[in-house]
Amino acid sequence: MELQVSYTLDSTLETVDHAEEQANRIATELGFGDDEVMQISMAVREGAVNAVLHGNNYAPDKKVTLAFERTPEDLVITIRDQGHGINLDCIPNPLAPENLLKTSGRGIFLMRSFMDVVEIRPSQTGTEVKLFKHVHGSSGGGKEGSQ
Amino acid sequence: MSMKLSTRQVDGVTIVDCSGRITLGEGSVMLRDTVRDLLSKGNKKIILNLGEVNYIDSSGIGELVSAFTTTKNQGGELKLLHLTKKVHDLLQITKLYTVFDVKDDEAAAVKAFK
Repeated sequence: MELQVSYTLDSTLETVDHAEEQANRIATELGFGDDEVMQISMAVREGAVNAVLHGNNYAPDKKVTLAFERTPEDLVITIRDQGHGINLDCIPNPLAPENLLKTSGRGIFLMRSFMDVVEIRPSQTGTEVKLFKHVHGSSGGGKEGSQ
Repeated sequence: MSMKLSTRQVDGVTIVDCSGRITLGEGSVMLRDTVRDLLSKGNKKIILNLGEVNYIDSSGIGELVSAFTTTKNQGGELKLLHLTKKVHDLLQITKLYTVFDVKDDEAAAVKAFK
């Protein structure tokens, strides 16, 4: 099944729900199992939350771009915001004892836990997050979180 | 499905029955407001029954942590009851499963309060 679709969305909570729903629908249509669909949709939700909340800070003039692409090996989801770019050096490890009881800071960790590859590319004009999930029958399957 | 909360009292313990989704926005706010309201009224023995919670995101996890620490800081105690597999797995992944006091049996959870 070929797939390449993108959406330009407002910086709202509705966008977060919409992104999750689209991820759920597309992953289901591509034949992923229930657990994988949940993982993909949750990773996309976390990416959308980061884009809307931390990237664009709910600014009405800033948009979130959400794109889905089915390559021969992967479902690739790209989430791009128009913020100032995340500082990758300032992402705390949520599993560190001193961070366990913090009320935020788990979004990227969950994305990396649920997807096969996560690429994060910050720039001064925004942050682009690419989420990869191997499709059935393709090689690989290991967790190779990267930035 | 949005989140629904209802509270009941069992032997001096407040049980908050939660259903639906605990996610950024309405679900997280409802949970926060409910716990704070209980604490402000002196109800410091709290069980969050998550048996009907079918989805939780990182904001929802943060809200559970907030409820736990807020209750503890006010001299109270908060336990989690009836985790669904999804919530259980999320708490395992985030290493929070051992932080929370998690129970599977309501009567035992109520009795476990000091």
